[in-house]
Amino acid sequence: MPSRPSTLFDKIWDAHVVQAETADAPAILYVDLHLVHEVTSPQAFTELDRSGLKVRRPERTYATLDHSTPTLPPNANGERPYASTAAAAQVDALRDNCTRHGIRLADWDSADRGVVHVMAPELGLTQPGMVVVCGDSHTATHGAFGALAFGIGTSEVGHVLATQCLLQRKPKQMRVTVHGQLQPGVAAKDLTLAVIGRIGFGGGSGFVIEYAGEAIRALDMEGRMTLCNMSIEAGARAGMVAADEKTVAFLRGRRYAPPSETFEAEAAKWLTFTTDDGARFDAEIELDASSIAPMATFGTTPDASIAIGATTPTPRTDSERQALDYMGFKANTPTAGHAVDVVFVGSCTNGRISDLRDAAAVLRGRQVKPGVRMLVVPGSEAVKRQAEAEGLDRVFIDAGAEWRLPGCSMCIAMNGDFVGPGQLAVSTSNRNFEGRQGKGARTILASPATAAASAIAGALTDPRTYARESVDA
Amino acid sequence: MPERFATITSRTLVLPQANIDTDQIIPARFLTTTSREGLGAAAFYDWRYDADGGALDGAALNTLDPTEHRVLVAGDNFACGSSREHAPWALLDYGFRAVISTSIADIFSSNALKNGLLPVVVDDATHQRLLADPGGRVTIDLERCELSVGNEPPVAFTVEPFARRCLLEGVDTMGWLIERLPAIEAFETRTA
Repeated sequence: MPSRPSTLFDKIWDAHVVQAETADAPAILYVDLHLVHEVTSPQAFTELDRSGLKVRRPERTYATLDHSTPTLPPNANGERPYASTAAAAQVDALRDNCTRHGIRLADWDSADRGVVHVMAPELGLTQPGMVVVCGDSHTATHGAFGALAFGIGTSEVGHVLATQCLLQRKPKQMRVTVHGQLQPGVAAKDLTLAVIGRIGFGGGSGFVIEYAGEAIRALDMEGRMTLCNMSIEAGARAGMVAADEKTVAFLRGRRYAPPSETFEAEAAKWLTFTTDDGARFDAEIELDASSIAPMATFGTTPDASIAIGATTPTPRTDSERQALDYMGFKANTPTAGHAVDVVFVGSCTNGRISDLRDAAAVLRGRQVKPGVRMLVVPGSEAVKRQAEAEGLDRVFIDAGAEWRLPGCSMCIAMNGDFVGPGQLAVSTSNRNFEGRQGKGARTILASPATAAASAIAGALTDPRTYARESVDA
Repeated sequence: MPERFATITSRTLVLPQANIDTDQIIPARFLTTTSREGLGAAAFYDWRYDADGGALDGAALNTLDPTEHRVLVAGDNFACGSSREHAPWALLDYGFRAVISTSIADIFSSNALKNGLLPVVVDDATHQRLLADPGGRVTIDLERCELSVGNEPPVAFTVEPFARRCLLEGVDTMGWLIERLPAIEAFETRTA
């Protein structure tokens, strides 16, 4: 008898259930890859030590430094400009915990160091069919590889360190199908903002999302990572895209991908993790890619976005009114035209090499408007090396932008890089919450090309403006 | 292991804004800590203090008595955003034992339950009643899974059964998982 059609998610879930869920207890779910960073792990290691427990599978655990790390180089004495002694102590604690428990750490001296969701795919650690977790809500990024990847809290970091397992109730499933093709000059980030706008900020709560359709298949791996990364901004715990030949091509030859002798056999298995025809989802959403323009947020939640050039809506609630006031925008008025103080290109959403290429393509031969501060932060050491090999660093520096060391930087503003009180930023990061980029900072979320265009104009600008000028010239 | 939770009766603190994210509950600059302790001082910091660190006069959180106000009532979609467990740690350290809203973000709820902070999801009508009466008295009975407001009939709420048992009986989740290591080892052997 043929089994019932199942989803990509069902197949991964079923393959990782150690003990099935009952009315009384959640499932015990096995974790293939546990990523660790300095901010959400110290209390978990303390708990482990207090209970006399060991890290059960250090070979399935990988740590990096990203959130608290300065993006300016060390001084002549080799001292790094940490934002505080507490930030430095947090990094030291991770180093100490990794040493004691035998966990690989991409430390300051490692060529692999980077933002956790940028560096793990680069190393080939993330593979289709895996369960991947990390104490960070943007772990959803790794779903781009046809993996089930989600963020966990510090207590759960402790559970995974000690047992390699998590207690989980099976979530509901949503499929977001994006038909058609994106217009030229429209990026994955714009698609992401349009999808979140459609689902709503809390609309994905309790769901895992599978992204499907022609426009999703057409995205490269970087674009799929951007899309899955922001699934949490619609409240969903995870987003995923089934693996295909692009996934296989991305992983071939990566350090932790299967070796060449077994790679093709493994890749064949990866490609079986797809949603069967006729499989049922708890919710289905459809979008037309061709209707999406370059997008930017106008409020203080990531679902509050409009096409650049469009006018802000009339607020429906007090919260929406407060958000517009906080941003300094008016109802029924374009968001473009307000003077921008800061532009940030980077983060786990848009700190990959393709993102830097997009920004550099707009900036090449142009200047950041005087008075605007532009910070470009590569997502990893590998991205930094690649960008420098391509001369992108020179494009940024010549345009008047700052070229920094890899890290989370202004996305979470806990390393000394922040947007000042009241300043307006165009940012390629993932959150526009009040004060997210610094106390009193105001954030417009947009794509790397839009960020670069806005840096040149000194105001939120459709990147196609400059692309058209280039063609005319 | 979290403090046990049975029944609490408390006055409410009302923060009616929708979409209060975990960056508001505890701003990222307070995450450079290696401890779970003492984060109450940072709870809603930017809602309580001005740029110079002076207490903001109108801030609801500066007017409450943490020993009396142990239930936070918040607007829709509470605690969305980052997975930082520092958010429930900060709320607990400040004195809260329960949060009530129409919807509460997944990761926050999971984090809260592991630390003895009870997330209670209520219907719109109950929510409106609570929002309209800041400082009102509520009773949350986890044994019966009932919320009582004033003299009104109690309203039922649901809590994931395992998390509920852990809170009522003081079950240590880590210990529970450790006891199941033989099953985990068998799984690894089977799938190797």
